[in-house]
Amino acid sequence: MNKPVLELKNVNKSFGPIDVLHDITLQVKAGEVLCLLGDNGAGKSTLIKTLAGVHKPTSGEMLMDGEPVSFARPKDAADRGIATVHQFGGTFPLMSIGRSFFVGVEPTKGFGPFKVFDKKTANEVAVKAVQEFGITRITDGDRLIGGLSGGERQSLAIARALHFGARVLILDEPTAALGVKQASHVLRVVMEAKKRGVAVIFITHQVTHAMAVGDHFAVLIRGALAANFMKGEKSREEITDLMAGGEALADLDAHLEDNTGQGAAAATVS
Amino acid sequence: MEPKTGAKGISLGSLARRPETGSLIGFVVVYIFFAALGGKVFMSAPGWSSWLNIAAEVGIIALPVGLLMISGEFDMSVGSVIPASSMMAAILSGHYELPALVGILGGLGVGLFVGFVNGVIVTRTTIPSLIVTIGVMFAVMGMTLGLAVMIKGSTSVSYVPDPLTKSILGQFINGMFNVSIFWWLGFVAVFFYFLHISPIGNWVFALGGDRESARNAGIPTDKLTIGLFMMSGFNAAFVGIAQVMTYQSAQVAGGQSFIFNSIMCVVIGGVLLTGGAGSVVGVVLGTMTFAVVNQGIYFAALDPNIGSIIIGALLLAAVLSNDSFRALAMNYATKKK
Repeated sequence: MNKPVLELKNVNKSFGPIDVLHDITLQVKAGEVLCLLGDNGAGKSTLIKTLAGVHKPTSGEMLMDGEPVSFARPKDAADRGIATVHQFGGTFPLMSIGRSFFVGVEPTKGFGPFKVFDKKTANEVAVKAVQEFGITRITDGDRLIGGLSGGERQSLAIARALHFGARVLILDEPTAALGVKQASHVLRVVMEAKKRGVAVIFITHQVTHAMAVGDHFAVLIRGALAANFMKGEKSREEITDLMAGGEALADLDAHLEDNTGQGAAAATVS
Repeated sequence: MEPKTGAKGISLGSLARRPETGSLIGFVVVYIFFAALGGKVFMSAPGWSSWLNIAAEVGIIALPVGLLMISGEFDMSVGSVIPASSMMAAILSGHYELPALVGILGGLGVGLFVGFVNGVIVTRTTIPSLIVTIGVMFAVMGMTLGLAVMIKGSTSVSYVPDPLTKSILGQFINGMFNVSIFWWLGFVAVFFYFLHISPIGNWVFALGGDRESARNAGIPTDKLTIGLFMMSGFNAAFVGIAQVMTYQSAQVAGGQSFIFNSIMCVVIGGVLLTGGAGSVVGVVLGTMTFAVVNQGIYFAALDPNIGSIIIGALLLAAVLSNDSFRALAMNYATKKK
């Protein structure tokens, strides 16, 4: 019943002589959260940039609703309903909530060449959209983005993407820079997006966050898909081990426990 | 909680969070200081005309330079566009005796072209605009000198405009107020509309806030950047032409002072040096503050060198106070429950 919204078939991407993605086959369905896991440098960014139209695949096919698509630039992907939200919300710290919400699609009133930016509508729509996601602390569209907490920024950016009709939401490490409470806010927003029938691609290297919201998991290692499995098929430890390139992290744990002082320090750094 | 977006009262708090507040305070303080020292003359028509004339010239250039700074770019080339465009106008209309309109269009064309070149280099390469426009500035300066010597054999070309052209671009009203003051006001209205009222103004802020996100949001960032550089080329050329019409001669040198002066006006006016924030009202206030100090010195019978010290101190104070006002605007959000 549930056809994939976005599908990659044997996608390869290389920059000159360097192969970054090898033979990626993936699909994400409406109302499903696909967690894309991988260590730094595994090719996560390249993969999402390919999905978002920043890069073109060197070979392979991309399908949306079963039809092949090709994006020349990010705008094309956005027009098809693929929205990317970056780590810091991709927003503008010194712009007001209303203004930044509508960057690129400004509401106007008036006619002909004398179009006027409709601030009132912009503010009202932006505040309403983000409040629907349960972020009730945002009440004034004139507030500056820079004054919001990291979680609020992420939530605002997600609300913005959905408001403009995103069907595929790509979240690039949305929780990486956030505290525990803020991260849980964002995860709740992700669940809400899923409930609305959006296909979510959630990039993270925090396995706990992935386990909390994910339905479907894909692990990238050095540009190749190392594992692709559904919720409940693998344990937390197995996933962590996979992300580390198959090397058992248990060894490292044991090593760290030997010198606990340094271990604690290392843990906070990572 | 109800969204209370529509409701807007003018409170002291909301005034303090407006980006122009710092520049307004600066202007008032500086004006009172020089009014006290300069006395009645400074507050009467001759005083006003002297600083308004200065403000108009630098102000016409400060507006697009301010917009560029909001979008995250610098333009140093204005300093050489002014003599280049005035030389072009004087050579076309004065040396070759073509109609004034040809000279004016030629001069403006120089400005637009230099702006276009700046914009293209900045958007196509990764060289910072500060460096690009310094390079372009020297190139244009060299070409202006070379062509002037080649064609005219001298570094200054004179041109006596016809009365109509003179009255539009270079007349002193009442023998005091330069007509460019009205042009400045006109440009202020146009730029205010562009930045704060039209939807494209939003793009300028977005560009300075985060270029990558702006591009991903579908804003034609390259076109916008090139357009902004062309605006500043155009306005610099406009000032160059107005100078020919006013002083009836064009010099190859001159105009260098506008580089730092325009940036100073913009920064005193509260535009963030790294882009993303600023306002046209702020730039106008910054320009007025700069002009009052610049001319107030003579009325106050102070050593002109003190004027430079005051402007320098003002610049530092402006950046400091703008930072605090900005922090205030940000904190307002986090404290509110």
